[in-house]
Amino acid sequence: MKIRLKNKIIGGSIITASALSVILILGIIVIILVVTIIGGKDTLSWKFLTTFPEEGMMKGGIFPAIYGTALLVIIMAIAAVPFGTITAIYLTEYAHEKSWIAQTIRFAVRTLATVPSIIFGLFGLGFFIKFVGAGMDNWFLGGQLKWAQPNLLWGSLTMALLTLPVVIVSVEEAIRTVPRELREASLALGATKWQTIKKVVLPGSISGIMTGTILAVGRGAGEVAPILFTGVAYYLATLPTSVSDQFMNLGYHIYVMSTQSSNVDQTMPIQFATTLVLLMLTFSLNLTAVLIRSRLRRRMK
Amino acid sequence: MLPITFKKTVMNSDQATPGLSFTAESLRKKFRFSEFFAEKLITSVAFLSIALIILIFFFVFRESLPAFKHRPKATIEEQKASAGNKPESYGGSAAENKPETYSGAEPVASADKPETYGVVKDSALTADEVNQEANLRPSEGEDNEGSLSSLFSNEWFPVSENPRYGLIPLFVGTLKVTLIAMLFAAPIAIFAALFSSSFAPSWLREWIKPSIELLAGFPSVVIGFFALMVMATFLQNLFGYETRLNSFVGGIAMALASIPVIYTITEDALTAIPASYKEASLALGASRWQTAVFVTLPAATPGIFAAVLLGVGRVFGETMIALMATGNAALSGLNPFESVRTLAATIGAEMAEVVFGDMHYGVLFLIGSMLFIFNFSINAIAEFYVKGKLVKKIQGK
Repeated sequence: MKIRLKNKIIGGSIITASALSVILILGIIVIILVVTIIGGKDTLSWKFLTTFPEEGMMKGGIFPAIYGTALLVIIMAIAAVPFGTITAIYLTEYAHEKSWIAQTIRFAVRTLATVPSIIFGLFGLGFFIKFVGAGMDNWFLGGQLKWAQPNLLWGSLTMALLTLPVVIVSVEEAIRTVPRELREASLALGATKWQTIKKVVLPGSISGIMTGTILAVGRGAGEVAPILFTGVAYYLATLPTSVSDQFMNLGYHIYVMSTQSSNVDQTMPIQFATTLVLLMLTFSLNLTAVLIRSRLRRRMK
Repeated sequence: MLPITFKKTVMNSDQATPGLSFTAESLRKKFRFSEFFAEKLITSVAFLSIALIILIFFFVFRESLPAFKHRPKATIEEQKASAGNKPESYGGSAAENKPETYSGAEPVASADKPETYGVVKDSALTADEVNQEANLRPSEGEDNEGSLSSLFSNEWFPVSENPRYGLIPLFVGTLKVTLIAMLFAAPIAIFAALFSSSFAPSWLREWIKPSIELLAGFPSVVIGFFALMVMATFLQNLFGYETRLNSFVGGIAMALASIPVIYTITEDALTAIPASYKEASLALGASRWQTAVFVTLPAATPGIFAAVLLGVGRVFGETMIALMATGNAALSGLNPFESVRTLAATIGAEMAEVVFGDMHYGVLFLIGSMLFIFNFSINAIAEFYVKGKLVKKIQGK
């Protein structure tokens, strides 16, 4: 009887503790959302989203930051999605599951996914700016400084490397949901492997490519460390017009405004509103991806 | 393309001998250039991710070489390579002037920042000035002759008169933050994973998992901002310590970032345990919590270990939260309520204003390569050692 009671108490407390942990995590998510919404909702307006910062960033909107972030993720997606998709196709369609090549690629992809984002920033600086950029300047422009400095292109490409694993994993998962019978039917009708991939496998996994793209865009929109020294600027009076311009970015804007500005308290509403915009952006993107993905998983079952 | 091939076969069978005849020739796979090209292209693109890892290692390490070189040589190179290459000083952190006094509690700022970045500075830097700088450097360099050994000293003053690059305070800071983050994140995440895999009804589980994974989608700059603006004040009021931003605040903020990582992997490991384990335990009369704690959890230990390792990796390399919430003072005390400066935050804060190719630049890249090697090994351990063990354990070999 005594042992039973003791067991009940231990069991009850373990279950309670684990339930409390879940509640705590969910609570933190809700608190972060609520705090940002309360702090930013008064400042957030259409005008805030569509105007330039004014009076030394003390007033005005964040349009250049939104514009810069949008350009960044678009160029990033153009670079990352095709490469990610092709790698996923190789892993699922061409490589043998157990071959060392496939294993090594998988390991490389997982490693890439865990490399700290600041390392990508260093790589972008060392490779794109100091190697590729300086090389381009030397060869094509005769030493004139154009590409060997931080700009939109290098920032986007650095970000593309960071989001590559996200795309690969999502597309791979989606390709696996295409039933084998469809492939076999296509091959049996005389289609070649590449034709089968083009006409059967890819259309069947389009939702996975979408999820991957959305997740990658959500990640790229929120990361700041990789672009710190590969292209982002504190303040620009004009919008970037070419890929060799620097750009402003929402996340960097938050960072700079909250740590480097001379009067943090006065710009507090702007900071909260910017955080709210960024959070809403990434949150809605992630939510969309989760919804598409759960539909995909249900289809698989 | 398809119908044509079909017609051809029909025509062939009509004209040639009645009935179907296959020769070795006709059955052989036809060489098609598009097939060949597609396969080769796809394969080479797939190798990109392997190449990337190698390239990252190579270039990050290559850029850290100035740290090992003697000073004068570095100066010549820098002069040659980047005469006007000063845009790296665009609006970065304000820590550069006096890191000794930079407590981070009140963000230091120089009001003229926005005007001095980039182009303005370029044009101001006349050829004379470059020469002057070059002349000045070697004399400075003599002081730094032995500065590589200063890597192991206890002082990180990279931009003072006599620069010292002691990495020990940075290491201590990083370890302190990581330890605090793990003390919070690991138990919470593991318990949460236990709940959703063992105790929660399946409809609830389908809700919990995606919701917690939404936290992984929060940008780290947002978590950093939340820690800086809300959590720092709240915790200071709660515990009444002196510096507002310290390793404790930073650690808890990083715990938020690593909870989803640990949770997801632990949850996957727990659900991967075969149902027969649980059924056997339940059939022997164990209750649900006993099964969860004494059967499922021990069986999944390697997976949980991997989860915590990857959580450590996440915290170790986290930059934005460290920059915003840890105070950024390179102190090497063990008090958790002191400001610290982590390795990653040092790179993030200082890279923007170093001179390309000099010692400071090299040391920052050296820190970068150390972070990369550390993360790479953590991932490799999680991958090979742990996975092999898990498979063995479950299959009972």
